[in-house]
Amino acid sequence: MSADSIVVDGVTKNFTLRYHRSIKDITVAKIKGQAVSNTFKALDDISFTIKQGESVGLMGLNGSGKSTLLKLISGVMRPDQGVVKTRGQIAGLIATGAGFHPQLSGRENIFLNAAIYGLSEDETAAIYDDVVRFAELGDHLNSPVGNYSSGQYSRLGFSVAVHIDSDIFLADEVLAVGDKPFKKKCMEKMEEIRDSGRTVVYVSHAAGSVKRMCDRVICLEKGRLVFDGDVDEGIEYLHYGEDDAKGSAKLKQLEAADSALGAEV
Amino acid sequence: MATGVEERPVRIVDAPLAPPAENLGLLSVFKRRYLLKLLVQREISGRYSNSMLGVFWSYINPLTQFLVYWLFMGKIMGADHGMDNYPVHLFAGLVIVHFFTETFGAGTRSLLGNKGLLKKMAMPKEMFPVASMLVSLYHLVPAALILLVVCVFSGWQPSWETIPSLLLALGIVMALGTALALIFSLANVFFRDFGSVVNIVTNYIRFGVPMMYPFSMIQDALGDKSWIYLLNPIADAVLLFQQAFWVGVTPNPEATATKHLPENLWVFGLVAFGASLVILVIAQLIFSKHENKIPERLT
Repeated sequence: MSADSIVVDGVTKNFTLRYHRSIKDITVAKIKGQAVSNTFKALDDISFTIKQGESVGLMGLNGSGKSTLLKLISGVMRPDQGVVKTRGQIAGLIATGAGFHPQLSGRENIFLNAAIYGLSEDETAAIYDDVVRFAELGDHLNSPVGNYSSGQYSRLGFSVAVHIDSDIFLADEVLAVGDKPFKKKCMEKMEEIRDSGRTVVYVSHAAGSVKRMCDRVICLEKGRLVFDGDVDEGIEYLHYGEDDAKGSAKLKQLEAADSALGAEV
Repeated sequence: MATGVEERPVRIVDAPLAPPAENLGLLSVFKRRYLLKLLVQREISGRYSNSMLGVFWSYINPLTQFLVYWLFMGKIMGADHGMDNYPVHLFAGLVIVHFFTETFGAGTRSLLGNKGLLKKMAMPKEMFPVASMLVSLYHLVPAALILLVVCVFSGWQPSWETIPSLLLALGIVMALGTALALIFSLANVFFRDFGSVVNIVTNYIRFGVPMMYPFSMIQDALGDKSWIYLLNPIADAVLLFQQAFWVGVTPNPEATATKHLPENLWVFGLVAFGASLVILVIAQLIFSKHENKIPERLT
């Protein structure tokens, strides 16, 4: 078996929800006996290990902690308790978009983005043409990213991320925006990444694409790890985990996402 | 399953298993100079984007301040105390003070202003305050050149003290400016009030340094206790700038230095630099302790 690629051990992440910020607000709230702030556990004691070369689907409802977990793996956030360890270069998209600067042009953002991943100027120049070709932005490349549509924005972000020679690739709902031809292209590119022996963590609501991409599924529910194992069982778990109205809503959501994607790819 | 792990080649990664995006603070910033360079370039082009006069605002601000102080403080209120070449005294002070206030102000806004990047990408967050300081340093260059030209045309006699004074003054402001930018940018993420505090501090700084008035005025007022005034590192930096530029354009530099500069300026300067470095280390420790809460607080 190959070496550990991502180790998440007993990880908890709390978020503070602030109701009141100013002294006046806080005083009024105290007098009225309301809570000044409360914390909630976005992630609660999560542990798992992903081996190098594995392709793992991360599933769960909105707000279940998927993106927070991805942010911890990518290093954007740090856990409050527990340890996250990774091996090698990480690249990928978090919450549908890359970190771009709205005032800079697409071209300048490619260089900035690549530099944040740790690439030198020459290394970026070497992948630049491929990035541009993949993103298919044409003349827009010279206009500020702030003027891009959300589709164009995520195209560029995805294009930079897939052309980084990463050991771990994180993909968070990359297919949520973007037109069908581009979605297809993204799926193919991600399969290429997976088949080159790189670790992939793929967040998606589309069961079809998870089935196609992944060989393991981790399910989160309200910040807890509720399932870790076989893809089909994982999807089954999400479908029929609850047999009330909520469960069938989940089912509908998955099916809708599938029909949006599955037919195409 | 159609595609099992074993069927695919597995990439051998020659790297240790470590926390992602480990950060050594300012050390990481200087290790990643290329990224820093890009951020500085971005900041230079971005600071005055969508403004007609663009980068000229960097000159207009100190220049108008110069005119106001020269006219009202110097001519009308008589703060020049009949000094030789008062405009150079004023302008030399303004150049270094503006470097500090710009670093402080832009540095304080730097994290909030880059939240788009900070929420999505892992990188040393110290990059942004440091980049703000470097951009301010870049803006200092033309003003310093104007100062140099003015000095040369005023019959400047540089001495051996000129270069060391200049470097020490810049060192003090760079270290202290970066330290304050680190702390205030962090604080500003949690409470936006700190952005307003900066304006107040900036106002005090302008009047708390020997720029509009000579240091001899403080000596007259405080006597033996004028060392208290020199505890302000920015006041020391301004005095070093006066030593580097202004003293040399007066008819009798030695007499000017004796009258208008403190006796132990070098000692105070070096202590101020040392203290600024200590403050910088403390600022880094505070920043490291709280930086992991930054992404979730950037809304």
